[in-house]
Amino acid sequence: MPRHLLSAADLDRDEVIEILETAASMHDIQRRDVKKLPALRGRTVINLFFEDSTRTRSSFEIAGKWMSADTINITAKGSSASKGESLRDTVLTITAMAVDALVIRHSASGACRQVAGWVDASVINAGDGTHEHPTQALLDAYTMTRRLGDLAGRRVVIVGDLTHSRVFRSNVLLLGTLGADVTVVAPPTLMPSGAAEWSRRDGFVLSHDLDEALFVGPAADVVMMLRVQRERMSGGFFPTAREYSVGYGLSRERVERLRRRNEDVLVMHPGPMNRGLEISADAADGLGSVILDQVSAGVAVRMAVLYHLLSGDHSVRDQDSGREGTT
Amino acid sequence: MTRTDREVPQGHPVDPESRIVLGPDDIARALRRIAHEILESNKGAEDLVLLGIPSRGVTLAQRLAVLIEEVEGTAVPVGSLDITLHRDDLRSQPTRTPMRTEIPGCGVDGMVVVLVDDVLYSGRTVRAALDALSDLGRPKAVRLAVLVDRGHRELPIRADHVGKNLPTSHAEKVQVRLRAHDGIEDTVRIAAGPSHVGGR
Amino acid sequence: MSDLLIAGARILGATSADILVRDGVVAQVSTTGPIDRPGSTEVIDADGLAVLPGFVDLHTHLREPGREDTETVATGSAAAAAGGFTAVLAMANTDPVTDTAEAAVHILDLGRAAGLVDVQPVGAVTKRLAGDELAELGLMARSRARVTVFSDDGRCVADARIMRRALEYIRAFGGVVSQHSQDPRLADGTACCHEGEVSGRLGLPGWPAVAESTVIARDAMLARHTGSRVHVAHVSTAEGVDVLRWAKAQGVAITAEVTPHHLALDVDLVRDYDPVHKVNPPLRPQGDVEALREALADGTIDAVATDHAPHARHDKEHAFVDAAFGMLGLETAFSVVHDVMVRSGRMGLSDLVERMSVAPARIARLDTHGRPVAVGEPANLVLVDPDASVTVDRDASHSLSRNNPWHGRTFTGAVHATILRGRVTALGGRAHAGEQEDRS
Repeated sequence: MPRHLLSAADLDRDEVIEILETAASMHDIQRRDVKKLPALRGRTVINLFFEDSTRTRSSFEIAGKWMSADTINITAKGSSASKGESLRDTVLTITAMAVDALVIRHSASGACRQVAGWVDASVINAGDGTHEHPTQALLDAYTMTRRLGDLAGRRVVIVGDLTHSRVFRSNVLLLGTLGADVTVVAPPTLMPSGAAEWSRRDGFVLSHDLDEALFVGPAADVVMMLRVQRERMSGGFFPTAREYSVGYGLSRERVERLRRRNEDVLVMHPGPMNRGLEISADAADGLGSVILDQVSAGVAVRMAVLYHLLSGDHSVRDQDSGREGTT
Repeated sequence: MTRTDREVPQGHPVDPESRIVLGPDDIARALRRIAHEILESNKGAEDLVLLGIPSRGVTLAQRLAVLIEEVEGTAVPVGSLDITLHRDDLRSQPTRTPMRTEIPGCGVDGMVVVLVDDVLYSGRTVRAALDALSDLGRPKAVRLAVLVDRGHRELPIRADHVGKNLPTSHAEKVQVRLRAHDGIEDTVRIAAGPSHVGGR
Repeated sequence: MSDLLIAGARILGATSADILVRDGVVAQVSTTGPIDRPGSTEVIDADGLAVLPGFVDLHTHLREPGREDTETVATGSAAAAAGGFTAVLAMANTDPVTDTAEAAVHILDLGRAAGLVDVQPVGAVTKRLAGDELAELGLMARSRARVTVFSDDGRCVADARIMRRALEYIRAFGGVVSQHSQDPRLADGTACCHEGEVSGRLGLPGWPAVAESTVIARDAMLARHTGSRVHVAHVSTAEGVDVLRWAKAQGVAITAEVTPHHLALDVDLVRDYDPVHKVNPPLRPQGDVEALREALADGTIDAVATDHAPHARHDKEHAFVDAAFGMLGLETAFSVVHDVMVRSGRMGLSDLVERMSVAPARIARLDTHGRPVAVGEPANLVLVDPDASVTVDRDASHSLSRNNPWHGRTFTGAVHATILRGRVTALGGRAHAGEQEDRS
């Protein structure tokens, strides 16, 4: 296992499978009366959130606590730049206390990778700007594999504001690692720059036409809808919510048509949903929706990530850098 | 997902330098005796649950359940109890992937739980198993059945049912191989080499 | 001042000569035999070295006044001298901004006090670089500082009307606007990475090439319309070069510079989010880098300018999008350009002299720089060793800052000595302490 989890691309296929298997064990444990495991006793995990996220933060917090790690939440809202303190200073101040892992959420892309270069602790990316959110992709993959088994050759369609989505970026990498056939759909204004080159290199398909992506060619096994922020309209990304919804929303009609092609099709959404914009209530709550499964997988997957990154023997792993085992 | 791949018995090589101390018949006899002992001390099969410690402990527990059913005519619930997350040496080893814990539907509350493992050595695995078990409920009693007790305990733990007491030195290793798990003939071997807590 | 004898240097890398400098002027050049050395003569053994006119940097940030913790006119001058420069143009985005004659004269005097290079202030085009009202262009031009180059660098003069008026106005005194070509609506304040596959993967706000080329195109048409001179600062894209080539073919009075980093580094370096590679305009893909090299070689791009931009560590150690733009360049410029352009065979040493000395001096109208190495010419010279290998050590810099993207890289071509009006200002990469000169 890598020391840090900064990108979904940090994990090879075997490592992903190992994490997902461990998550399944952790998921069983969640159903017990006594949910606490001693595996990370004596380890300190700091959730360092520069950006609000109740859901991700609390799921990391519970994951750490159930693994018996000492879990501390630090909220550092507002960019440190505006306070005159550099990100490096902020982080070094915190890691001056002996810390085994830093779980970081930051509004700036790449912040977690930068921090990983400055600290001894393991760094887990809990969402960095519009870059990545690897534990979300892991819990999405976990949710899919529970229903579908091996994802190799499975057809996954990801729809929404890809330009600004870290969920898209981590998913397209992780699903690629697992061998899924991925099609991503967005209006041209919400496609990341260089998407054509990227998709050619990494082997996924781009489309600007949702109906074509869903109803032409092999039936989709999974449709993953991404959040679209209404504020994007002011940036000229699309004209109106209505036009977006008609073109790219998962309407009741589209879900019904999908189910006629494949009655086991899964509907996913990382949340929070804009009901009526990118997803209709019927799609979000109907048959095939695994949106709540995604939420419930969050803790188990994060327990598995913490376990794999933290339980091993660091002193052996880090001998080259002369670092002592973390205590 | 290849969860099932991992549960498919995977053969482990045997050390060619090793010597066989128990053959298939010895192992069969030992297990039969243990089955009888369990029934005797429990005065029947009532409230019994067998929990194997992965991976070979699970195979042994399943065989004991068959033997008990042959004698008593009642099926005994069998499960597995993974102890990975309760080990006290997690930090000094490379990370291990946890295996499944499967508790039979009857649960463990008020039951007589027999923990089954292949080799008893330092006692640390059993210590971890007792911890893991206490997170699952409160058994009426917990007993320990092992195929081989090779001595060198580091904790105040002893087995209730032992297939064979095997005096060994620290430098030796004990290898258990079971057909249902390893795909080769049932044997217990002793080999020179670094000490080894069973075949996990 | 004692005489200075440069013994056995190859002029522009060609003919070997002894050069005697007296009273700040080249007094004698002998290609036929050694010049006698009277006792008081300082001698530089220049065997194997080339002697060139000193380099002129059209684009330097010296940070004084305002951020003297990151650079001062004195430390920046030392870095410039060590890098072979005899003149630098100090950009106006200081605090306060150089938008008055008094501010410009202050910079000039600080430069003279440091005494290592001629520090020529650049004046702001608009007051406080705000882009809406012209700064006192004429007063700056007619002041003792004789400002000829005007720039809001760091910001684009985006308003076409203001740009038009500025170009018209400076025609009266032969000025030039050095434009930071970046349409702020196409590359907004958060843009920090070339817009393309890398920015798409990294999730960084993109700075599209078209934000540069459209402004170059507009300014070319404004220059033609006004009959004035426009200079494109740090051109960075292939399409920007295309527009330049077209405009020059139309006879527009347009010139352009490129930085050493845009000639040598590409956007892939940004993949690890190290803010040392955050610069404005951003590092571009290899295709653009290749187009810039070609354009510099064929003269479409007239000059190399460093855009030397010192920053404190704590202004760089932010998340990539929050970190300051810019990198150091004065001390490494010759080595990088020599390695990438001359050693690779793309152009000759004399072309390098044209791009790093003659053309920039001409654009900025600095008539004592960029002159031939000949009798009667001012002795603003640099001695370089084209065969020496240098490995950059950021800690050995004269700059107060350490945002050095070249650290650890090795180049072929080194500055050996720099001479300003006959005085050695740097030797072996180390600047000499400045000396007050009498230039009345």
